[in-house]
Formats: sequence, structure tokens, C-alpha cells
Amino acid sequence: MSVTYNFGFMDEHAKKEVRRSILKAISIPGYQVPYSSREMPMGRGFGTGGLQITLSLIGADETLKVIDQGSDDSVNAVNLRQFVELTCPGVNTTTHLNEATLIQSRHRIPEVPLTPNQTLVLQVPYPDPLVVVEPSEDKRKVMHGEADYARLLVKLYEDIVKFDEITISHRYPTRINGHYVIDPSPIPRWDVPKLHNSPALILFGAGREKKIYAVPPHTKAEPLAFDDVPFRVESFNDAQGNRRPCERCGATDSFLDEYINEDGSKRYQCSDSDYCDTVLAETKEAANA
Amino acid sequence: MQTPILKINGFAKHFTLHEQGKQIPSSHNVNLEVYAGELTALIGPTGAGKSSVLKGIYRTYLPSAGEILYRDRHGELVDLAQADEYRMLQLRHEEIGFVTQFLFCLPRQSTLDVVAHPLVVRGESRESARNKAAEMLAALNLPERLWSISPATFSGGEKQRVNLARGLVAKPRLLLLDEPTASLDPVTAERVIGIIEGIKQEGVAMLAIFHHPELTHRLGDRVVELTPPSASLTTQAIDQQEKVYA
Amino acid sequence: MRKILEVRNLSKIYGKGCPRCIESTGPEADTNMCPHCGSVVAIHDVSFDLHEGEILGLMGESGSGKSTVVKNLYFDQTPTSGSARFIEEDAKHEMFNLNAAQQRRLRNQRFGMVYQNPHLGLNFGISSGGNIAERLLMSDVSHYGEIRERAKELLSRTEVLLSRMDESPAAFSGGMQQRVQIAKALATNPPLLYLDEVTTGLDLSVQARILDLILEIQQERNTAMIVVTHDLGVIRLLTGRALVMKYGRVIESGLTDQILEDPQHAYTQRLVASAL
Repeated sequence: MSVTYNFGFMDEHAKKEVRRSILKAISIPGYQVPYSSREMPMGRGFGTGGLQITLSLIGADETLKVIDQGSDDSVNAVNLRQFVELTCPGVNTTTHLNEATLIQSRHRIPEVPLTPNQTLVLQVPYPDPLVVVEPSEDKRKVMHGEADYARLLVKLYEDIVKFDEITISHRYPTRINGHYVIDPSPIPRWDVPKLHNSPALILFGAGREKKIYAVPPHTKAEPLAFDDVPFRVESFNDAQGNRRPCERCGATDSFLDEYINEDGSKRYQCSDSDYCDTVLAETKEAANA
Repeated sequence: MQTPILKINGFAKHFTLHEQGKQIPSSHNVNLEVYAGELTALIGPTGAGKSSVLKGIYRTYLPSAGEILYRDRHGELVDLAQADEYRMLQLRHEEIGFVTQFLFCLPRQSTLDVVAHPLVVRGESRESARNKAAEMLAALNLPERLWSISPATFSGGEKQRVNLARGLVAKPRLLLLDEPTASLDPVTAERVIGIIEGIKQEGVAMLAIFHHPELTHRLGDRVVELTPPSASLTTQAIDQQEKVYA
Repeated sequence: MRKILEVRNLSKIYGKGCPRCIESTGPEADTNMCPHCGSVVAIHDVSFDLHEGEILGLMGESGSGKSTVVKNLYFDQTPTSGSARFIEEDAKHEMFNLNAAQQRRLRNQRFGMVYQNPHLGLNFGISSGGNIAERLLMSDVSHYGEIRERAKELLSRTEVLLSRMDESPAAFSGGMQQRVQIAKALATNPPLLYLDEVTTGLDLSVQARILDLILEIQQERNTAMIVVTHDLGVIRLLTGRALVMKYGRVIESGLTDQILEDPQHAYTQRLVASAL
């Protein structure tokens, strides 16, 4: 297949428009900036929002890492990475977080803290956290403008009444810089604290919903909660109250995925495959030394 | 010479019924005075507009003509015919009481609370107001088993006693009484008379409509007789007589 | 008693309006729809004061504009012209000059509204307690335990069974729904409450108990209220002063007992006579 596309697939005007929207999103942390989401050669819902941000920002000197649910080698991640390799000649790709300057991710923020020279792009299916309490987009815009989020907190109240705790497992509403509340994409609660005062720029792209928003570096990100019922991340303790380790690398400080073995028993393993590999390598090295 | 608490000059009340295109006269050229510690009795045949005078003072009716000069507890003179609504509400709460023959109350409010209400409105504690209300209800012979239920279901005589208790317990500066003993048995009526005499001693000024000449004689310090409007047109000179029983 | 609300020349016209709208509508014209341009003059030139702890009645038949008055004062609608000043001990607010966020603050924290239709005042998608929580959360209470306690307090005050506070009001009777609405309106202990036909459509015995509750609350908290109703019994039991409206105009105002016993305007006389 011969590459006759412009560098980055999109034409320069389209990229410029996305970049302008990104700049606006950075200027107004948490605000959903509308943009003219282009048709991509893949279906909406496959990361087209994140991809357009990535393609608009990427230059020949960038190193890109693409992850899906923490894994570099799931089909979606592989496809997106190959698409960028195809349309952006000269760009390096990697699976190692420490080599990457640009990371596009679906549903996870890497375990290892990001650095100031990295940018994280998250793929977003539903950008507006208010959609669950207010069907009218007009009214939602006014609510965002006035930072009127009481009805989101009512959802939390109802959760506690029913289940004695806040049960939102992902897309946890998070207030950015003291005003706008965002839907931080379907990352688990585990990853929400990583948004807070992150040294790296974090961008959110929703292709189908045509919105871009951002958590700029060193910006406050506070998950909604009550004074006396604080936000909590997932617990990976077993019935005895001990922290479960990753069965592959032994790490006890990472977000674990649950797998069911053929005999019906459960197995827990790092969701972030790069992190798991790194820990595993370090353990081996230590054993060899 | 004592100055009156209430002085009415040339009061008149007529009703304009737009639907029927009629004017119905009620009271006409009423002049009277009420003094602290005295009772002025308003007498006259049915239709002479006695109730209209009381309602005019209380502003349940809008007076058609005349002045209703009331001297409030600060010595300020107010024309009740002209006073604004807030001033009237304030005077009703604080100074002027009205015992009518009708009782409007909520179905859930106990009799005790109904009677205590005017005191509570004036800032008295609920407990002290209820104690005074209980005393008054006992004095008026209302069986104690009725105190905790709403007067909405009471008989005419019982309601009348609740109404009286509410008017009397508050000891307003000026008390308007519309046939206060109308539906009472003789024993209770006698008690009411005793209480009226008592609060008169305490300095309450009263304007009362009585249907019994005997009551007028016993309680009235002054008597003002009204005549029906049709007659008054020809007998203006004698349509009022003020007799003072010394 | 301190004045807390001053409404002056409030008007609301639906439609584009024309220079002849005002002269062509009202009680004399016997319509509120302008025959020249088809605009509806819902209210015109409504002025009144409200004092602390006072209950004012707005009476009139449907279409008289009485509900429109409170809807404008609760910012459910924007008036065409006129002013309203809400006076607090330490601040005065020109209500219609405030920005949206300021208006929302007044609406959420200083005013309460009870609608005839509970669907307008309550969110049936959440529990009764959640409905009260919503109002507390809007006024920045952020302690779950405190919200829970306040909701319990309010619901027991308005006689809603606490065992049902975590159910949706959809499962409640009409009277119970109104109690939840009242509890919600009272959540922030507002000095001013709007009651729009709150007992209309309820059984008589339920009506009476709701009216009792309203009066008890007014006495306990000294809450000022504007009561909109076509029911003269409600006006008589609750209010001290009243305005009579017809085709968007105030045709008579005064002490409530005076309006009911000595109505001056032909229309009020008819209204009162037809109720007896």
C-alpha cells in the first residue's frame, strides 16, 4: 500500500483546527471544547477522538505508545499504532512508557507516573458527566457554566443510601481546577488520583461526541465526594485483608485485572502490561545479581 | 377629663352590589366614643347596622364615610378608616380584639392552641399562653376533655365559648364584642359577664352589641342606639342618643 | 415586621406584543389575548409588598395570571418588564438584574417553591430523601451524614414516614408527594416560600392537614409565603392579605377578611358569592 496521504493522515488545516481546540481546552481546564471531528478510516468508537489529537500533535521526533486497557498488544492498540506508523513516516513507536513522549490510551493511565515531557491522550466515549442527570445539552451547558453539579452529588448520595458506598467503578466525575467537572473517560477509580497535579499534559478526545478537553499539568483534579464519605480507589485485598499481588510479576502496587481460570478459580494480574514486564525484568535481574 | 380610646365621627357603611346594580345602606351617621375601662353598648333593632360598625372598626368592612379615630398605646391617633393594611394587621395583633359569632379555624389545631394563639402572636411563650388559655376555658365552663381537640366539630355554644376565650384571654386595649352571650346557657352567660366586668376593671375598653336590654343595663357605661337606615333618613336628629349611666 | 419583597409593575407578555396590547386586554376587555397581535398579556402592572412572616394570597380563576406571578418571582420565567426587590437583613437584590448564578443562589437557598404538580417540584427518578439532598447540595452542604440527618428531620416534620424516605416519591399518594415537596422547599430554611395551588386536587381531609402543616411551619419559622389558589377557603384559612386577579390585572387587594366579606369589585363579589 503506497502512502499518498498527508503526514498524519489529516490535512494541515484539519490538524490546525484540532490544535486550536486543544489550546482552548488547556486554557480552560476541564471545559469541553467542541471541534469538527473528522471521519477517520475506522468506526467511531474505536478511538477516533484520541487519534485525531494524536495525529494533530505528532511530529517526526515523537515516540508514540498506544495502549488499550493497559495493554500494548490488544487489537485496538495494535491497529492504531500501525495506522500512525503508516501515515506518519519517521515516527517511532514503542511499548515502553519511559521511551514514549506521546501516549494514546483507552481506559487506563499507566502505573508509572508520567513525566513533564510526556503527553497522555485518552479516548473518550461520553465526554459529559452531566448526561446521566440532564438530557438537554442546552441545560447541561448552563449547568457547567455555573458549576451546578448538585445533581451529580445526588447520584452519589443515592449510591450511598443503596449500597453504603459510592459504587461508580469508572468514569468517576472529577472536578478540574475547582470548576468544571469532567468525565475522565472510563479509567478505573484507581487512576483518578493520577490526574491530580500530573506533571504531564492530559488530553481527552471524544470522536463521536466531537469534544476535546484537558487537564493541564499541575492542575487540581478532585473526584466528587462528601466530606464524611471520601473518594476511595478500588481495594485489591483478599478475604483475609491482605493485598493481592500480581500473579505474574508479584507487584502489590498496581491495578489488577481479574481472570477466571478454566477450573473456575480467579487469577489476578497487572492490567498495565508494560509495568508488569518491567517489574518482572527487575525481579529477574535482582535474582541474577 | 379622660380622652377616648376610640372616637367615631359620622361613620357610614353601605354596600354596592354591582351584580344587582343596587346600593344597600347599613350604618348611617354613627358617632360614638369608647373609653379605657368602660363598655360602650351598641343597641338598636336588627338591620340598624350594629355589626357593620364593629366590622368597620376592625376593617373587615371598608367604611363608606366618617372617621374612626383610635388612640394607640403610644398615644398616636390613627384613623382606622384610612389606615394601611399593615397598620391594621399590627393593631389586630397587638391592640384590637374582636369576638365574632363565627369561628374559622384549622381542623388540626387544638382548642387550647386556638385560644392561646393571640398571645403567641404577641410573643408570649407557648407554655404561658397555654396556661392562660386553660384558665380562661375553665372560667368559661368548657369541659376539659374538649381542650385538646379542634373546635371545628363543636356545637354553636361551645364554639362561642372558644371564640370568647380567645378574645378575652388576650386582654386587648380595645375589645369588640358581637353578642358575646348569644348562644350560651344562663350559667355560662353569667360567667362571661363576670369576666367582662373583670377585664373592664383592668382597663380594657369595650364596644359591645347586646341583644338583651338587661345586659346593656348591667354592663354598659354608655349606650349608643342605632336605627335602621330607612328610618334614619327622616329622623336624623334623634337617630342617636348617648346615655351615660353614671 | 420587615419588608422582604417589593414587586413593582410586573408584566409578562407571551408573544411579540404590540402598542395596543395593554389597552385591548384586561378585565374590561374580558380577555387576556390581544385581538391585534395575538399576544397573551399574562400579567400586567402587578405591584405588592410582602413582609417577613406574612402570608399573602393571590386569588383568581385559572388564566388570571396568579401562577405567572410566582413563576416569575421564582425565576421559572423571565418577566417582560417590572422589578422585584428581595430584601435580606444585610443585602438587597434587584431580582431581575441579577446574573443567572446569582438568581440560582436565591432560588436554591432563599426561596422555596411547592407546585400543584409534584412532577414539577420533585425528581421522581430519585428517592424522597435524595430530593431533599439535592436542595441541600445545591446550597453547598457537602457532609453526607448531615444531609441525611436534615432530610430525616424535614421529612418527619412534614409527616412523611421515615421508613419510606429512600423510596421514590412516585410510589407515594398525592398528599405525601406534597409533603415531600414542602420538606424539599423548606430544606434550606428559606425566608420566602411560594405555594402554587398546593392543595388543589387533594382529598378534603388531606387538604386540611396540608393547610395545618403550612400554618404551623409559618408560625414556627416565621416564613413569608405567597399562596396562589382559586380556593377561597384556603385564602381565608391561610392568608392575612390578598390580591384578586383577573385577566392578568390585580383588580382588588386588601385584608383577606375584608375581601371576602366586603368585596368592592364586581368580579370579586361574583367570585365570593359563587363560593358560598
